[in-house]
Amino acid sequence: MGIPPYATFGQRVWYYGFRVICGLIFAFLITPILVVIPLSFNAEDFFTFTPEMLSFDPEGYSLKHYQDFFSNNEWQRSLKNSLIIAPIATFMSVCLGTLAAIGLSQSHVPFKGAIMAILISPMIVPLIISATGMFFFYSTLGNWMESTLGLDKTLVGYIKVILAHAVLGIPFVIITVTATLVGFDHSLTRAAANMGANPVTTFFRVQMPLILPGVISGALFAFITSFDEVVVVLFVGSAGQKTLPWQMFIGLREQISPTILAVATILVVVSVALLTVVELLRRRSERLRGMSPG
Amino acid sequence: MRNDPANQEPTGPVLAADGTPLKKSLSRALRRQKMRALLLIAPLLAFVFITFVIPIASMLFRSVENDIVANTLPETVVAIASWDGTTGELPDEEVYAAFARDMIAAVAEKKHTRLGSRLNYELSGISSMFRQSGRKMKRWDPVEDAPFKEKLIDLHDGWGDVSTWAIIQTYSAPYTSGYFLTAIDMQLTPEGVTMQPEDKRILIRLFWRTLVMSLVITGSCILLGYPVAWLLANLPASKANLLMILVLLPFWTSLLVRTSAWKVMLQQQGVINDVLVWAGLVADDARLIMINNQFGTILAMTHILLPFMILPMYSVMQTIQPSYLRAAKSLGATNWTAFWRVYFPQSVPGIGAGSILVFILSIGYYITPEIVGGTKGVFISNRIAYHISSSLNWGLAAALGTILLAVVLLLYWAYDRIVGIDNVKLGG
Repeated sequence: MGIPPYATFGQRVWYYGFRVICGLIFAFLITPILVVIPLSFNAEDFFTFTPEMLSFDPEGYSLKHYQDFFSNNEWQRSLKNSLIIAPIATFMSVCLGTLAAIGLSQSHVPFKGAIMAILISPMIVPLIISATGMFFFYSTLGNWMESTLGLDKTLVGYIKVILAHAVLGIPFVIITVTATLVGFDHSLTRAAANMGANPVTTFFRVQMPLILPGVISGALFAFITSFDEVVVVLFVGSAGQKTLPWQMFIGLREQISPTILAVATILVVVSVALLTVVELLRRRSERLRGMSPG
Repeated sequence: MRNDPANQEPTGPVLAADGTPLKKSLSRALRRQKMRALLLIAPLLAFVFITFVIPIASMLFRSVENDIVANTLPETVVAIASWDGTTGELPDEEVYAAFARDMIAAVAEKKHTRLGSRLNYELSGISSMFRQSGRKMKRWDPVEDAPFKEKLIDLHDGWGDVSTWAIIQTYSAPYTSGYFLTAIDMQLTPEGVTMQPEDKRILIRLFWRTLVMSLVITGSCILLGYPVAWLLANLPASKANLLMILVLLPFWTSLLVRTSAWKVMLQQQGVINDVLVWAGLVADDARLIMINNQFGTILAMTHILLPFMILPMYSVMQTIQPSYLRAAKSLGATNWTAFWRVYFPQSVPGIGAGSILVFILSIGYYITPEIVGGTKGVFISNRIAYHISSSLNWGLAAALGTILLAVVLLLYWAYDRIVGIDNVKLGG
């Protein structure tokens, strides 16, 4: 992609001009995320760079917004709720989703197209519509669980949000796991069966280790979906299930406090970690697929 | 055994090892395989049905459901059916008596206020009428206090108004198209379907704005995404992977983080205005208003949805052979012709896939418009949320949601036809 030595002046201008344009677009993509990080260390309660910060005066920086996040009860409770809801919802969508993806990847599945469309639909239907539908149905479901099963109100609240988040995560698990299974060599399971392994052993000892990268990246997608979700939890949950994004949403809409920027920075670090894991897994599976026959 | 086919007796169908005909045995194996696949899928399918499909169906149902009038006023609904409201005469004592009996029963169960607020969507003021009358009717006796016509009109003028009874008659059916008509700025009146008064027609405009702004967002995503995707697809893999991080990091970052970042940057005392003032491009007292309007929504959402445009474009452009471009040039095409006639048509599937994805996502967006959109930059989804949580007109929220869902499903179908659901790729 270098520029050839015989390029005319106009071509050179276009070549470098194009790169400058692309650079500006990349800057547009990344600047909002980078701006948040230094601002979260602001010693003042402002949302912009103070003169002290610009002159790199240590006085201008502080960790007080982080302290607020870790000491404030509201924020801690919402963090705890997020850490309860997201892993359980992820676990549910991964278990059911992996099983179904294995079923879907078999060679003869009746109504495959229709089933796939239904399973992917939670990702396509706008969240506001899913939330509206769930708002009506889950309140009935919650009342039924409270009156007939005699469950505790808080517990029912958690169950509702977890079920809602689990179903939102399912399309991601289905997509990533079926994509991994495309490269799966089915003669391996036949070989295992041939050597006397029962289907369960075959699954856990042969198939699972090979599709694990797909399962993990599906799980990460499902986790981030739940961890980042706010519309459905606003409609389905009650104040007891206030999650981290919900707390941020309230903060942004009503009493905007700089603590949000500290939370945002922490979440950026988390997403960098997640991105790294997914990228490593993708490379590993590409490498493995390159070696396997077919 | 001799292999000469001429001497072989016809032995019937080929048999499997256990003696059953091979054909039968194979079809049994196939059936078993299908069953096993379905059994693996069944738990998830059941789960999705209960937690997702039924809730959506219940929303669809709620957008036409209207049994509250018939349930709360069962006798009135029967009695008023034969009344002709167009003559301008009030109903007979029979209707009033039935209404009084229904109301006394409803007040005892405290159901009359809910009916009042339901009918208030159609005729404002009727809610307080139900509440006030309910308080006094609590002490009435359905037999001794008859006749009721005079008493009810004494209680509140509204009961002597033909339009009150006409509304009750119009909405006495168990299903109504009223919510859908309201959703498209029409109304179901006793005289038939009419347009809402001029000052109340906001929803069509909101649908239109949602559509136009989604198109603008999709368009700006194409403009910004195309060069970047081209660059990523044509750079050597090591450099492209590095630059890809700049696309994937925003993709993986929490939506709330990106929205808060835009709120911080776009404020009048925010980073962008500070930089512009510092650079002398904008006077300190004339800071730009970039938030709580359409500009803010479009800018923030373009940023948020741009990765969804770049990734499908990139995966299509990667498959385009560079030799085609060289061939075009060697046949005498200028750079522009080679791009426009050879490269661009091959990249159209990527643009189509990305556009439909971005459009579907933006048309139903709620969080970002709510935070950076103010009143001018909100979408139809914000209206749905308003009706769910503030005005409590759930039927109308369901009707708006149903219309939006129909649009999205249509686009989803188009996406499936053009790209295929199986080809959805995540994270490059």
